[in-house]
Amino acid sequence: MSEIKKFMYINRKAPYGTVYALESLEVVLIGAAFDQDVSLAFLDDGVFQLMKGQDTQGVGMKNFSPTYSALGDYDVTKLYVEQESLDERGLTLDDLLPLKYEDEDDDWAEKDSIKLVSREELAGLMEDQDVLLNF
Amino acid sequence: MKFAIQINEGPYQHQAVDSAYQFAKAALDKGHEIFRVFFYHDGVNTATRLAVPPQDDRNLTKLWAELAEQHNLDMVVCVAAAQRRGVADEDEMKRNGKDANNIHPAFRISGLGQLIEAGIAADRVMVFGD
Amino acid sequence: MATLHTVNKSPFEKNSLATCLSHLQSGYAVLLFEDGVYGALRGTNIAGRVEDAAKSGRVYVLGEDFKARGLDEGKMIEGINVVDYAGFVDLATDCDRVQSWL
Repeated sequence: MSEIKKFMYINRKAPYGTVYALESLEVVLIGAAFDQDVSLAFLDDGVFQLMKGQDTQGVGMKNFSPTYSALGDYDVTKLYVEQESLDERGLTLDDLLPLKYEDEDDDWAEKDSIKLVSREELAGLMEDQDVLLNF
Repeated sequence: MKFAIQINEGPYQHQAVDSAYQFAKAALDKGHEIFRVFFYHDGVNTATRLAVPPQDDRNLTKLWAELAEQHNLDMVVCVAAAQRRGVADEDEMKRNGKDANNIHPAFRISGLGQLIEAGIAADRVMVFGD
Repeated sequence: MATLHTVNKSPFEKNSLATCLSHLQSGYAVLLFEDGVYGALRGTNIAGRVEDAAKSGRVYVLGEDFKARGLDEGKMIEGINVVDYAGFVDLATDCDRVQSWL
């Protein structure tokens, strides 16, 4: 049938201060139904989107971070997080949500969705893509 | 070549709507095809027919509408983003129990799937935003 | 497999140009447009990196945006090429994909 394209969603902005993190996630969820080769990249302030412990009660906004945990159920299992962006912000993998998916090709073994990559590696991954969506 | 154009910002607030327009015009003048123009985030505000920008400056909604008519462009406004921001056509108005609608007829409201479909169908995806 | 990188924000407002320059792979083209054209000016704190990028690959400025902001082509970093909107379209078709650093 039609070819499968590689879509990468690039996330470079922090959550809540602007709408981009939330609305780009909505594209990912809808896009999951199109059976393309999807991955997400988190770099610059985008890494802040994945921080655990988000408590938005006081600001009266919806806490949408649980949605990242649901991505595995939508077959969105490749979340690339740029190491240098974490380092610049004083963060480690430990500060981020423990995102997992069940690999149907490996007896439903639970695996990590977050893949830490270097800046250089991420740049290389971007070169592999057909479509780069930015928000 | 087939282009898909994504516009993330509203008219006048950012240059995105202008840049996308100039790019689209240049692409069409060169004989390329624009598969779809997709308005997301505040970009949906480009689709209001109620805007009255100053007479001595450009009217972005009108410019896009004219380009669309001239070249039979498919201009899609994301329904979720439109609902959030109060951009509605007659169907949306009735569906959501509102007393008015404001969309310019050159634009149609549809789902986010239209953006993904455009990404699949087009050779290049151009994103204009902030 | 070349990528067209576009940068539309001023390097003094956002890190978009800096981060773009950190993600270039061989064969790249970079286009500065909208407020991104300020990245093409000589003598700024990012000019060195842009000069290097112009030497190792192709860097372009959208002439219309440069002029709109009253910038003097004489103050442009050497090696940067000026294109118009038609040239912007050509850059997009000549590369394999476009990355918009917003």
